[in-house]
Amino acid sequence: MTDDVAVLGAGLHPWGKWGRGFVAYGTAAARAALLDAGVGWREVGSIVGAATVRGGYPGHVAGATFAKALGWQGARAASVYAACASGAQAINTARAQILAGIADVVLVVGADSAPRGFFRPADGDRPDDPDWLRFRVLGATNPTYFGLYARRRMAVHGDTADDFARVKVKNAAVGALNPNARYRKRLTVEEVEASAVVADPLRLLDICATSDGGAAVVLSSMEFARRHGAAAPVRIRSVSTVTPRFPNTVLDLPDIATDSAVAVEPSGETFRSSIARTAYEEAGIGPDDLSLAEVYDLSTALELQWYEDLGLCAEGEAAKLLRAGATTLGGRIPVNVSGGLSSFGEAVPAQAIAQVCELTWQLRGDAGDRQVAGARVGITANQGLFGHGSAVIAVR
Amino acid sequence: MPRVLTPVVSGWFAGDGDDFHLVGTRCSACGSVFFPREDVFCRNPGCEGGDLTETPLSGTGRIWSYTDTRYQPPSPYVTSPELPWRPYALVAVELEAERIVVLGQAVPGVTVADLAVGMEMRVVPGVLHEDAHTTWTTWHWRPTGVAG
Repeated sequence: MTDDVAVLGAGLHPWGKWGRGFVAYGTAAARAALLDAGVGWREVGSIVGAATVRGGYPGHVAGATFAKALGWQGARAASVYAACASGAQAINTARAQILAGIADVVLVVGADSAPRGFFRPADGDRPDDPDWLRFRVLGATNPTYFGLYARRRMAVHGDTADDFARVKVKNAAVGALNPNARYRKRLTVEEVEASAVVADPLRLLDICATSDGGAAVVLSSMEFARRHGAAAPVRIRSVSTVTPRFPNTVLDLPDIATDSAVAVEPSGETFRSSIARTAYEEAGIGPDDLSLAEVYDLSTALELQWYEDLGLCAEGEAAKLLRAGATTLGGRIPVNVSGGLSSFGEAVPAQAIAQVCELTWQLRGDAGDRQVAGARVGITANQGLFGHGSAVIAVR
Repeated sequence: MPRVLTPVVSGWFAGDGDDFHLVGTRCSACGSVFFPREDVFCRNPGCEGGDLTETPLSGTGRIWSYTDTRYQPPSPYVTSPELPWRPYALVAVELEAERIVVLGQAVPGVTVADLAVGMEMRVVPGVLHEDAHTTWTTWHWRPTGVAG
């Protein structure tokens, strides 16, 4: 176990398609988080930016970009990139600086301005880039991988298209209550099942959109939090940023094939399960202690997969858990009460930070209509392309 | 002038007709197989690293999962702007001997309605697309129950 760091403040720029640059969203989120924390920007000793590949050079050096936009004040800057896990890695970088005594207060910011349609690789001939190859050779978009996972669950666990649609209906109902969500319309199973198939068996409303958005948190040492007057702040207890173990036998984005298990027997624990287990071990808690979970629902079927990977239920039991209402607001273990990626659409470097913002508001009891009663412990879970695990456990 | 046959990626498949196969590499020290091929270092963390030599992969395997592409993928996938979009199935096939899952397009005409997890598939030569001077070749998966 490691020491805790305090979450002094959280802030979002609403998700949508606003047509502005990522710097505007990130700066707005950063200002909101500083205001929420009651911390002045000049008190921040370090800024960590979750990078975006879509903003040119400023996107790659996001930490410095946001520092400049907020007004140069001499803070240390770092920028991290780990695809969808960038936000969690940025939080972990900030946390490591605090725990090492390098900085007392660290601002973490991520923001993106997403193009319309499918994500696609950067231009140019790059046959040594697996992401470029899967598009060039197979036309394998992100939703096709989600389709593969969904079909596999149907074959192995008996999940149905109706189960998947019910995930969407659940998330849309809480997303409708979240002013920062992009999609705020309640949906029916019939509406989900009437949307067009994108990658069999998944339909448009099973798959998360790509969005603009920005998220930020202000983290500090527990000592600083006390001096600052935050007697019982939300605390980050663990951050898991693990990679897979050879042989990885699940076909992961953006790969064309799995590792071969012919020479080394697989451990029996999947990569996603190991992400959660590491977070639990570091925090010294287990799935039974959770009040809520925010998981990366790139698709409805993937949300069900996370239930099992987080240990909320046994393998193959996720649809049953959903149907019992356990993961709905008011249920035993509500999942994605923010509305999830389903209601937000993915703003890649902001998304894992936004998950932690939701935990922060829930654990403070500030989540309004979507408040989980008596929330004490929350987990976020996420997986980034190229083997990036990410999970954060926060407590109050 | 006839178009020149060119593999979309060199060194990933070889052979003609019934002799067509995917090409991976195998570590001489630990026996791990790699596809796409690793030519420099073995990726088994418990292996000191041996020579990586070319090895043909099994020609048949069973479906791990499958899906399709109802909408046109973005570049660098090459599509013709003049022709209407025709979805194709993508199939992840598990090769028993190598204990590896390899993704590929299904042969044209085979749709998701023709597929099921566990179905036996064979790797066959295929055409990805053609331009003025080149026929870009690839691998396709075909159900073994369907005649070529």
